[in-house]
Amino acid sequence: MTVGMTADQAPGAAADAAVAAILEAAVRPVPGAPRGVVVDSPPGAGKSTLVVRAARELVASGERLMIVAQTNSQVDDLVDRLATKGPDLTIGRLHAGDSRPAPEALRHAGVTASEKVADLLEHDVVVSTAAKWQWVRTEAPWRHAIVDEAYQMRSDALLAVARLFERALFVGDPGQLDPFTVVGTDQWAGLSYDPSSSAVVTLLAHNPAIRPHRLPVSWRLPASAAPLISSAFYPYTPFRAGTGPGERRLEAAVRADGTPVDAAIDEAVESGWALLELPARHTVRTDPQAVAAVAAVVRRLLDRGLTAHSEQGTAPVEPGRIAVGTAHRDQAAAVRQALVALGVPVDAAEGPAVTVDTANRLQGREYDVTVVLHPLSGRPDATAFHLETGRLCVLASRHRHACIVVARAGIAELLDEHPSTEPVQLGVAVKFPDGWEANHAVLAHLSAHRVPLG
Amino acid sequence: MSLLSTLARLESVRSGRAEPLATVRHRHLSERPMVVVPLAAAGEAGAPLAVMLGTDREAPRLHIVPQPLNRDQRFDFLARFGADLLPYLESFADDVEQIEGTEKDAETGEKTQVFRELCADAPQLVVPNGGSVQHLALIGRSTRFRRTAEDADPGPYPAPTQVPLLGRWLTHLTDRAQVPGSSLLLPMTSLLARHWATGQSHLEDQHLAALLAWHRPPAGLTGAEAAERAESERDAHGQLVRPPAGPATDPKFDELVLAPAIARHDAALAAARSAGPGEAARAELLVKQAAEQLHGVLEQVLLPTWADVWFGLDLLRALPEGAHVTERWEGDRWSYTGHRDRLAAGEPPQPKQDDAVTAARKLAQREREQVRLEVQEALDDPLAMAEHRLAGEAFAGEVVAVVPEYDTSGRSAKPRPLLVVRTQDRPHADAGREVHRAGAATPQRGVIAGADAAEGTVTVRVVSGMGRRKEPEPGSLPEVGEQVVFTLFELTARQSAPLPEPEDTPWTHGGPPGAAPMSANVAEEWE
Amino acid sequence: MNVSHLGQSEPLAQRLSELRGRAPQRSLDARALAALAANPGCRRRSLLDAAGVDKAAIARQLGRPAPFGQSPFALARGNVFEARLKDDGYAALLEPLRRHLGLPEESGTQLAVPDLMRRSSPAVRAERTREALAEAAADPERWTLLDHPMLRLTVAGSPAHLEPDAVLVHGGRCTVVEIKSFPVLDGSADPAKVGAAARQAAVYVLALQETAAALAGVPVEPGPYGVQELPGSPITTVLLVCPKDFSNRPTAAAVDVRRELATTRRQLSRMTGIGQLLDALPEGTSFDLVPDEGGAPTRPAEELAAAVGSVPAAYSPDCLSTCELGFHCRSQARCSDAVEQLGRGVRGELGSIRTVSAALAAAEAAVAATSADDGERAEADEAAARLRYAAALRAEALGRAV
Repeated sequence: MTVGMTADQAPGAAADAAVAAILEAAVRPVPGAPRGVVVDSPPGAGKSTLVVRAARELVASGERLMIVAQTNSQVDDLVDRLATKGPDLTIGRLHAGDSRPAPEALRHAGVTASEKVADLLEHDVVVSTAAKWQWVRTEAPWRHAIVDEAYQMRSDALLAVARLFERALFVGDPGQLDPFTVVGTDQWAGLSYDPSSSAVVTLLAHNPAIRPHRLPVSWRLPASAAPLISSAFYPYTPFRAGTGPGERRLEAAVRADGTPVDAAIDEAVESGWALLELPARHTVRTDPQAVAAVAAVVRRLLDRGLTAHSEQGTAPVEPGRIAVGTAHRDQAAAVRQALVALGVPVDAAEGPAVTVDTANRLQGREYDVTVVLHPLSGRPDATAFHLETGRLCVLASRHRHACIVVARAGIAELLDEHPSTEPVQLGVAVKFPDGWEANHAVLAHLSAHRVPLG
Repeated sequence: MSLLSTLARLESVRSGRAEPLATVRHRHLSERPMVVVPLAAAGEAGAPLAVMLGTDREAPRLHIVPQPLNRDQRFDFLARFGADLLPYLESFADDVEQIEGTEKDAETGEKTQVFRELCADAPQLVVPNGGSVQHLALIGRSTRFRRTAEDADPGPYPAPTQVPLLGRWLTHLTDRAQVPGSSLLLPMTSLLARHWATGQSHLEDQHLAALLAWHRPPAGLTGAEAAERAESERDAHGQLVRPPAGPATDPKFDELVLAPAIARHDAALAAARSAGPGEAARAELLVKQAAEQLHGVLEQVLLPTWADVWFGLDLLRALPEGAHVTERWEGDRWSYTGHRDRLAAGEPPQPKQDDAVTAARKLAQREREQVRLEVQEALDDPLAMAEHRLAGEAFAGEVVAVVPEYDTSGRSAKPRPLLVVRTQDRPHADAGREVHRAGAATPQRGVIAGADAAEGTVTVRVVSGMGRRKEPEPGSLPEVGEQVVFTLFELTARQSAPLPEPEDTPWTHGGPPGAAPMSANVAEEWE
Repeated sequence: MNVSHLGQSEPLAQRLSELRGRAPQRSLDARALAALAANPGCRRRSLLDAAGVDKAAIARQLGRPAPFGQSPFALARGNVFEARLKDDGYAALLEPLRRHLGLPEESGTQLAVPDLMRRSSPAVRAERTREALAEAAADPERWTLLDHPMLRLTVAGSPAHLEPDAVLVHGGRCTVVEIKSFPVLDGSADPAKVGAAARQAAVYVLALQETAAALAGVPVEPGPYGVQELPGSPITTVLLVCPKDFSNRPTAAAVDVRRELATTRRQLSRMTGIGQLLDALPEGTSFDLVPDEGGAPTRPAEELAAAVGSVPAAYSPDCLSTCELGFHCRSQARCSDAVEQLGRGVRGELGSIRTVSAALAAAEAAVAATSADDGERAEADEAAARLRYAAALRAEALGRAV
């Protein structure tokens, strides 16, 4: 059960009402209220904005605040946003000895970086990763914490940091990739505090009074994507787009040259989706043709001078606004190499560049246009890894305008032939949707936007 | 499965024999291992049927449960199993060394010198397969809470003293077996599969006799043919020539051999009970004969597996031990010593389920040990390092240039030399990535300064492990022409973050665990 | 239970029956339907199962019998457990159900156990079950236990008959109760066994959805996440009743089978594609074992092997433990040098390389470009290059000459 909004409100009003209820619960809890507030946020539903607002309101009410994020780049992002929106805040960026914070985080006057929490105790907000917080010893715990990307945090990490705060706001996207471990954990399956499960799962199991709030509107996903992502990945907790059909528009300065790559780009410009389909074939992971196709799409996206029109105004789609998503790191490396060969910038250190990364690393990121190498493309078999719902969900929900999927034909047959003999652990809640169903739903949708290549 | 092990399997298909997956042995093997081959009774969880064990391959000892449904006989069996195994387990307890360490006073922060006992060696159980480990874990679970006649309230079915003690040891050993790289309890199929590839799948490798068939196919047969024969060849009576290594027995054996033998034994017992005074001696003799027959039947199905486990040990002993194996075995010795101490301190048996903190600690330990195992195997074995090289996580090559450079930003200049390494490998070496030199005398870190695909070179700026002076300590850097290996992963496992004590379990995890009602355990039915 | 699941008037059924020859049809029970999900890519298995061919008998005749069997001890134990549950008016069964479903404490008198005419024909029993379900669902206050009801499920357009252990009806909804003899130990059980039980139970839930839809005169809700809310509709959580810990006492565990329900639905809808498989068969294909008067098969093994070989299989080593023909298909895979003999995952590493010798040749840089198709060659080159690299690393580590 979630605290949601009714569907007949305008998106803005529905989202505002949800946020107001969350802030009320987090900043001004009624006596006897549960110590945790959980917010489920679908892709691009304003999670970061919420975190910044909650942080500012908590500080405004005279509280010191700690924020837990999961990766260093998430922490740096958050610090940058907080400092930008709240120049008056004093922010401590706690970091480990071997990881220097990013320059974007440190460029603000109010931000102090340190390896020692003692240096930062007087700051309004202290931000760090869960891994670093676990080592913090302090006499004076915080009263309030915000845990960001809480669904990606493992239960054992929460166990180690929960002593540092009395109350906490947990924010995250239940549809993204689950935390994992490479060692055996079967003996704890079904236990409410299985250390390898998500922190939120454990929290809710032990605090049944917590009813998760839900952000009902995706501001990132366009009207062409929100309904599909909602029904395929969030079947029991639907959300909608913050913008209507036609409010987001792509425009290409250069006309199509008649190739399938350009046809796919046109299809994506037109409908928000395209499936550039190579002939069916079993391939190794770094399928050279598929990699080349991905690179060609990116090259043409840049060459054709796309302009994005949206509620935020009009801007050219530059390399920094384009991302390529893959399932595996070697695929990302191959795509990067192919892009370099085509003269596409991929190194952000040297200026605006196309991001090329795996689903894991694209979590929480946002671009205008994404190009996705389908995780099942060319595979002779579908494994649990490739079918994992969160992987496809991340890849298919990073874009504000359009998503172009590159894949070999034959995925539907591959899905059909996939053995469905998953083991079942007693007491473990079944995660929905099933990877098969989600993959099938996305594929069925994409088939209407198919452009064959070769 | 990685491409390298796939390749080894492909080679094995062609050669018809097992092919190496390691150049050294990655697990400790005891001088005096205890081989244990357990059998389970079908249809009931953790119900023992028989066990063959011993440290002398020429003298296996067999214990059986003549009627698996009979509780008294089961206790009797467990008592004998315990009486046989416990002296071995306890025989390592007294030979100890004193390990010096420091302890920090929680109040003052002052460090004081302390000595802790560490057993000089530890027991090692070797079982046929993973199923045997699970079966022993079930026996451990079903026996460690048994009450004995010595308890204040022994309950209606007091067990012999050894039974709960056996349960606690089996629980400890099977739990420890979950820790990557541990060697207190080893399944032979996993040991063999770590060191050799066969031309069949991982699933088929679970069958010990089939797995070993690839190591010694009879003349004229390929490994695949020999393995199939081991899996399915039956004699004139429909019995498998190579019985499964347990713990489950072949259903056909249960039906045609075991069930009749048990029935005869039951009937003989019943006859003996109702026998008149004149018939008693003969009835006793019949019981004895029936028992011997049952014993013989089970011995027949266990002996081939017994011999297989020892043969597997022979194969493994022929490999030289990996350099870090002793270090990991020390972890097993600590584990053994710790359990010895808990028993001596009169602590209660391990709970049925871990509390939140214990589960998190165990997970952290396993993850840490997994990292350590992978790193150490790679350092000890070029074939293991090859996996990382193939994955782009390491590169090996020849140093073609050493360019002395310095960091002069600080008060005193520090050496920051560049090493140019020619390599065939294609590491994911983006500029700025940290690398670690394998096999360096002192840990040495570097940073990727560049790569030239056309030349096949990677340039590393060395940033540590060169001493404190401006010039690197002699010998701290490789010379031109020297072979080096750099990894993109750290060469030591990171320490795990501290966790709260169980009594400080936070509200997010349900608060401190309540005092577990021990009495609930005792009331468990046992039929 | 040995029931025809395909009406004889169906032309499809007719053709399938011809394939089977003289042998009696193996009924498609819930276990068999659930097993469709084990390897749906295998056309051989799909066709033989749809035709109700006795795969174990075929495997025996082919000289590679399936190694499956159940120990008499396990059977006895399972029977004892189920019998105990039903002693004293289902007292032991109701005890765990009470806790899970909120069955009233003294429900001994209130629990209705209608006679479902277990000695009658399946069709009569199915009709009787429908009536009993409708009656039970009509009064939401009442608790009714349907002991071994008979359910109908449409498979490939024809009815199959299924017999769950028990179905409990209350509040206008019903719950499938599945009795298994593997234990629940400290709250957890063998995940593979629970998974199999869940898939089996999902078949019953599907059949009950069909029954409830038929009673209400509406079609079955399509889509994986639809919730059926008709009188007598099954809830999508089933109760697994198993021995608790090391005892013979029952305990119940709730298992959410929505995922398995979606899977089963998918596999059943694929069954209708069987006609295409039939069309691809050579004229006159038959799996008849041609039994002699004593029932012993006389069909020559080579001839039978040829018939079996005319339907392509998708072998993987998992088949050895899930399909009677596993050993036969393995030997075929080995004969044809297929890389699948090493496991499903291997093919992912090798891309378009399909045989062991081709992979080894590629690894040894002896591969000849066989295709004019540039794309195919680029891919094969990529796979070969990786293999060569791996082979060089392996040779270096083992001190072998490259």
